[in-house]
Amino acid sequence: MKHVTRKATRHVNQNEGLIFEKSSPGKAAWKLPPLDVPEVDTAELLGSGERKDLGNMPEVSEIEIIRHFTRLSTWNYAIDLGMYPLGSCTMKYNPRVNEVVSRLDGLANGHPYQPEKISQGALRILQTLSECLIEITGMDAITLQPAAGAHGELTGLLLVRAYHQSKGAPRKKILIPDSAHGTNPATAAMVGYAVENLKSNAQGMVDVAALASQMNEEVAALMLTNPNTLGIFEQEIHKIADIMHAKGGLLYMDGANMNALVGKVRPGDFGVDLMHLNLHKTFSTPHGGGGPGSGPVAIKKILEPFLPTPVVIAKPDGTLGFEYNRPQSVGRVRAFYGNFGMFVRALAYTLANGPDGLRQTTEDAVLNANYIRKGLEGIYDLPYSTPTMHEVVFSDKVQAKKGVKTMDIAKRLIDYGFHPYTTAFPLIVPGALMIEPTESEPKEELDLFIEAMKSIAEEVEEDPQMVLAAPHTTRVSRLDETAAARKPVLRWKPA
Amino acid sequence: MRYLPKSPADREAMLKAIGARSIDDLFAPIPAEYRLNRDLKVPRQMAESEIVDWFRERSRENGEAYATFLGAGAYYHYRPVIIDSLISRGEFLTAYTPYQPEISQGTLQSIFEFQTMICELTGMEVANASMYDGSTASAEAAMMACRVTGRNAVAIARSVHPEYREVLATYAHHQGMPLATVPFADNGRVNLNELDKAITPDTACVLIQSPNFFGTIEDVAAIAEIAHKHGALLVVSIAEAVSLGIVEPPRQADIIAMEAQSFGVPLTFGGPYCGVIATREQYVRQMPGRLVGQTTDRNGKRGFVLTLATREQHIRREKATSNICTNQALIALMANIFMTIYGKVGLRELAKQNLAKAAYAAQQFGKHAKVLFSGAPRFNEFVVQTSEDPYAINGRILQHKIVGGLPLKKFYPELGNAALWCCTEMTTRAAIDTAVKSVAESERMVKSVKEPADVQEVAR
Repeated sequence: MKHVTRKATRHVNQNEGLIFEKSSPGKAAWKLPPLDVPEVDTAELLGSGERKDLGNMPEVSEIEIIRHFTRLSTWNYAIDLGMYPLGSCTMKYNPRVNEVVSRLDGLANGHPYQPEKISQGALRILQTLSECLIEITGMDAITLQPAAGAHGELTGLLLVRAYHQSKGAPRKKILIPDSAHGTNPATAAMVGYAVENLKSNAQGMVDVAALASQMNEEVAALMLTNPNTLGIFEQEIHKIADIMHAKGGLLYMDGANMNALVGKVRPGDFGVDLMHLNLHKTFSTPHGGGGPGSGPVAIKKILEPFLPTPVVIAKPDGTLGFEYNRPQSVGRVRAFYGNFGMFVRALAYTLANGPDGLRQTTEDAVLNANYIRKGLEGIYDLPYSTPTMHEVVFSDKVQAKKGVKTMDIAKRLIDYGFHPYTTAFPLIVPGALMIEPTESEPKEELDLFIEAMKSIAEEVEEDPQMVLAAPHTTRVSRLDETAAARKPVLRWKPA
Repeated sequence: MRYLPKSPADREAMLKAIGARSIDDLFAPIPAEYRLNRDLKVPRQMAESEIVDWFRERSRENGEAYATFLGAGAYYHYRPVIIDSLISRGEFLTAYTPYQPEISQGTLQSIFEFQTMICELTGMEVANASMYDGSTASAEAAMMACRVTGRNAVAIARSVHPEYREVLATYAHHQGMPLATVPFADNGRVNLNELDKAITPDTACVLIQSPNFFGTIEDVAAIAEIAHKHGALLVVSIAEAVSLGIVEPPRQADIIAMEAQSFGVPLTFGGPYCGVIATREQYVRQMPGRLVGQTTDRNGKRGFVLTLATREQHIRREKATSNICTNQALIALMANIFMTIYGKVGLRELAKQNLAKAAYAAQQFGKHAKVLFSGAPRFNEFVVQTSEDPYAINGRILQHKIVGGLPLKKFYPELGNAALWCCTEMTTRAAIDTAVKSVAESERMVKSVKEPADVQEVAR
């Protein structure tokens, strides 16, 4: 053997294994204090219900855990590293003071069932955030219970159903534009509604004539994202609201794109009856690799009797409390009161901004998106020329002629140090590149992004194969997703 | 505004590049009559120091430094400090859902490890990346059972967390999912005869919790036999995950809906927590939520991706298994790190301490008041029935900066003056003795009022 494999050709931190592969009996990262009560005979207490073995759970030391997860973390892209222009995801800066205040002892260790007398701090946070969000949305009341946007949609449609039921019948259908998020139709189905698609017009907006012809007494609500997923504000919103209301229907707004509106316009003022917010988008709570989110639902007065229980109220003695006795409520949508830790963060964000900061934030978000639009217009196909707000959607029409699709351009963007934009969504744009920079990007970062996108467009012309093979600079190259789905390996097993 | 990275000159230059005269041009698409021409009525912009002060004040008003005997689905366990050190890394904290696997391997591999450990602990074959919490996971598990069996009804034990039952009722109401509630027997466990009667040919699943809401460990094997005999699935909810260190997991279950809050997730007044669904491999395609799978890259290197996405809303829309999108990834990472820290041996030792503390406390309370459901094994919670209203007793205990057990009248009026007490490794013997003393005094007081003759006896 001529070539002897040396042990240390590459440091392990570039190829960190699974934690199970580091485990060996007798290592430990834990230490319990001595028991101050008598030991118990577990066999006597539990009998045959006693567990004897914890299978392949790992045994590792503390330093190994620190290194393991720190190494894994370095394989992630993050807002803290650079621009994250995922359309409709609003990947903005996550302020660190939010993290500090959410970990204060009385808040982090507050038990949901502790007496109201010693829960006034948490209740005050719920109340203050509620007031802020009601003012920002221009609505009349709110529930903070839903755990994420999709959960907010579910809660919202339960309210819609209860409202119509109180008028005689729940109705049968929900209208959903073809540009909507997948959660909209999935939610309607969970609440027992049929989904009817609503076509967009040539400007990328709701086709008002089509809406008028599709709207009837069977339709419970229209679920509208505004600005929609093309980043376009529905300019005929008042007509849309009138059409819905004239036939007794409700206008639901998916607030995923609220970052385009805060401080500039209020959905409650343009005819929306109910809407959800994503605190993990508009209100800066961290995405954390896919959650936790929080999806409060703000409503008009007509829906208030149906709010999930409990509701925060001011009691006659001036203290705050929970009210459970609400006979018309849709019920409870989650144990306890929602993702409280996210409320703390969202409120800290609101306080850090104030009215002027919130408005400036929205203006900067819209400015950034329009700056990118201007910078890339003519290089990437812009399927809708209608003015856009906080995000812009291009298509890969030009590049597709060379066999390069939106996903390939996205992968090449990684080599330039950016997280990709949202690919292939909304569905009404074939080969969509959906770009939302948020307010958190300085001009320098936007200029770099525009340069990178221009450079990729040139590469597509000169060397499409190289773009198709991207990314070239990551720890792993493109992964075989088909194989992963065909024969799923969803857990580690010992060899 | 300190979070905004632009100078006035930057803004001017950008507007110029766009060809807009002012920022208002960019908001022209919004009809003028709806534009807000005033400040929002929210508190003024605050300095970081002011924000910290404001929340410190709220923290002080919120039971700071109280010891607690509350459990009931939210448990006070010690959180090793490295959990927060690690999850605070920006690469975890500020990353999105790992849809671009080449630059998300950190999140993806950690979820794969999480799924593996949940499988090891529950005895199931597959686990998902997380659900919102234990209550919604239970409701989604019931809906999953309906898809698997093609049936539509659910039999749910009354000993399941009352708020979990409320959530299921909300979800079930509009799905044409009839619910039958199965009572508990004198030993606090599911009444097996009643269960047998409650299952119909339409029953998709039996939903129980173990340890149940009273802390009692159910006879899962017997319940599974009854459910399976009728062709129904068994869904087991686990609200106190630490129990898995010492209590045999419900291996006979078809679906497990878990709340992993006990694994290193702070109480935070009820959330965010971490739901999980685990099941048998044969049902994986009916499972809700995200799944991470192992695969290889173009060079044959091991890597991880989100997989089986055809179940999910962004692909299947109204035909998806659930509408869930954002889940609880960062909280699952907390749980993952916690499980790694305690591991194979520590988790058992931790669970044993919980068991010992609760056993000691139950024994001490039992000397003065009635501890219910003694006929079956329990983990770290138990129900104490007193002569006096537990709210009154708790009011006196609170003066010692101790929060007493959860009065059950609201949820189980049939149990009278009962309260649910929880002891974890954080519960000190001193706190137990103080609480027991208060209960003992209460019993003495009540007796002395009822039977004046006893007063002399006490005095002696």
